[in-house]
Amino acid sequence: MDVLDLSRWQFGITTVYHFLFVPLTIGLSVIVAGLQTAWYRTGKQEYLRMTRFWGRLFLINFAMGVVTGIVQEFQFGMNWSDYSRFVGDVFGAPLAMEGLIAFFMESTFLGLWIFGWDKLPKKVHLATIWLAAIGTNISAYFILAANSWMQHPVGYRINNGRAELTDIWAVLTNSTTLVTFPHVIAGGFLVAGAFVLGVSAWFLMRRREVDVFRPAARLAMVVSLVAAVGVSLSGHWQAQIMTEQQPMKMAAAEALWDDESSAGFSLFAIGDVENGRNHVNLQIPYGLSLLATNTLDGKVEGINDIQERYQALYGPGDYRPVVGLAYWSFRLMIGFGMLSALLALAGLWLTRRGRLPAGKWAYRLAMLGIGLPFVANSLGWIFTEMGRQPWTVFGLMRTAAAVSPGADVPSVAITLVGFTLVYAVLAVIEVRLLLKFIKRGAQEELEPEAPVPALSY
Amino acid sequence: MELTTVWFLLIAVLWTGYFVLEGFDFGVGILLPFLGGGDGERRTIVKTIGPVWDGNEVWLLVAGGATFAAFPEWYATLFSGFYLPLFLILLALIVRGVALEYRGKSDSTKGWDRAFFWGSLGPALLWGVAFANMVRGVPLDADHEYTGTLFTLLNPFALLGGLAMLLLCTQHGAVFLALRTTGELRKGAARIAAALAPATVVVVLVFLLMARAGVLSWVAVAVAAVGLAVALIATLRGRDGWAFTGSAVAIAAFVATLFTSMWPNVLPALDPANSLTVTNAASSPYTLTVMTWVAAVFTPVVLGYQAWTYWVFRRRLTGAYSA
Repeated sequence: MDVLDLSRWQFGITTVYHFLFVPLTIGLSVIVAGLQTAWYRTGKQEYLRMTRFWGRLFLINFAMGVVTGIVQEFQFGMNWSDYSRFVGDVFGAPLAMEGLIAFFMESTFLGLWIFGWDKLPKKVHLATIWLAAIGTNISAYFILAANSWMQHPVGYRINNGRAELTDIWAVLTNSTTLVTFPHVIAGGFLVAGAFVLGVSAWFLMRRREVDVFRPAARLAMVVSLVAAVGVSLSGHWQAQIMTEQQPMKMAAAEALWDDESSAGFSLFAIGDVENGRNHVNLQIPYGLSLLATNTLDGKVEGINDIQERYQALYGPGDYRPVVGLAYWSFRLMIGFGMLSALLALAGLWLTRRGRLPAGKWAYRLAMLGIGLPFVANSLGWIFTEMGRQPWTVFGLMRTAAAVSPGADVPSVAITLVGFTLVYAVLAVIEVRLLLKFIKRGAQEELEPEAPVPALSY
Repeated sequence: MELTTVWFLLIAVLWTGYFVLEGFDFGVGILLPFLGGGDGERRTIVKTIGPVWDGNEVWLLVAGGATFAAFPEWYATLFSGFYLPLFLILLALIVRGVALEYRGKSDSTKGWDRAFFWGSLGPALLWGVAFANMVRGVPLDADHEYTGTLFTLLNPFALLGGLAMLLLCTQHGAVFLALRTTGELRKGAARIAAALAPATVVVVLVFLLMARAGVLSWVAVAVAAVGLAVALIATLRGRDGWAFTGSAVAIAAFVATLFTSMWPNVLPALDPANSLTVTNAASSPYTLTVMTWVAAVFTPVVLGYQAWTYWVFRRRLTGAYSA
């Protein structure tokens, strides 16, 4: 492996890992804030117990998001210095805004929330968790604006061999950002919903603390369903915009080799990349044209034809991403997301009007289901980043030209192995800690005089 | 004032904020094994920074982000050039952050406390090494690419800078702990602060005198000396607030010395022709204008709510145990 491959693996591993914690933070922060609001409004102890219980799990997860986020901010400069030089004028702005506007807000107010239970008036304390949750979501907006610029550069000109910002508003309201943001946020709520449901199922299966975990499970399933609708709608708009802005990515996602009118939506294909065709392709007729263009006979561009056009436009080269990866990551993302929604729907039916399923299989499925939206989120990022290749900034800069020219194989290998090992150990510790605090349950809050060990140091 | 100057100053301010605030966080971590006798004491020590350390660390992220936005060449060369030290800093900050969040939730705190110690000591030392190199100059080629190795960065001057930063943070942490605790803990922290002071004064001033360049830096060095003196005298007299103010001023003046000595370079090269300066490393005037507005609006807001946080948690933490 050369420096480029190692750097790409490092970016992939650290980013996918970081994004295991981010979506849960996005969704769970709002859920916890909502539960505390319910407690503030009604004064019911159940809501306080729920706030504390889910708040603890939220914090365990949040800590991992924070520490892995530091790496994200620095590795552009470390491994991708020529990228940083080329895009810094544009890309640095949303990143700096994210830090100044969002990171300060979420970390400062979360500190106040954790330690402020007995120091702040109830109302002010409630405000701190909301501000932390809002900060988290604002941060997502800025980083997605930065990423969207890589997918679809706007508001810039090329000057002195680098991209220079000409219109910050264009960057912040990039059409790509506007559809990606709701998609990612809804994806975060899908994760949070599945997480809360799965954990609650563990308690309900044992009929432990049904008074707090039944409402939590019901709430989680409603959150999941609403999120699933949001994910699908925003995903649909996103795909339409992608068809227009990055047709190659969409064509690869569909394993559509040649320009086609009335294109079908592929469900299962076995492709032959070398010859640019499929051996097997099971399709829903007209599906792709309908989804991509809103008409049955709309024309959708195919990989082979786009490749030819790009060679004319950008010069000789291979402009195809890894088609199999794009195709399957796209499909499985949708599939896992849908399964997650289905699980929530079935759960709502099974728990209707005070019911709880008798057997164990429903609870076990819900617990297993925690993994579904996590995988879907990861696959979504793998698809959108790998599908953009060979570009790092679409149409402007290739990934091969972005890597640090001074980096050497041993150094990048050391950091790749180092981060991966530390991340692996931390994953084990994190899961253990989560399990420990899940098993402890939400009971302890009933003793009013007891110190709250989990929330203090 | 030119916008490039504004951003040079602003980035200096961000680093100053980072070292003044996270400086005592590092110091607290470094002192934990020496001050904390029992579990309860150690918990109190960690709790002094519990609500604020994460917000303090954001100063680093914003300093990095602001450098990326305002001086992309600086960001690119510095971070790719100081590759392995930066990797170690990142690892240390990761382990340290997790230790701070998880120690109170785990059955045994021993391993976490060790991680907290090394995760505090490492970055304090390595940031000092990095900044000393930034002032001294590093080998850069005409494309502003770093051409040295890891060992180029580990020169005696840089190691002295590392030691200076390490002592400064430790001292700052001791003074901070004296301010935030009571009883034996407070006495112990003050004792350490007083005992460290001579070494800190000598190492820091020798390093700053070697590092400084230009007229303005004389002022900064003088302020650093005054700050350290105030910190020592106030510590001996049990005036914890003044001692903390003194050591905070000393750290600010330490950073100010380095930045005034660098100016107008942001990363001097051993061959001056290849140096990165505020001019050749900067973003376009439009980007700098946009970012100036953003900073002008949001910096006061951030300062406001961070100050409020310190106000909320202003009470001293008592005794060996606190819930």
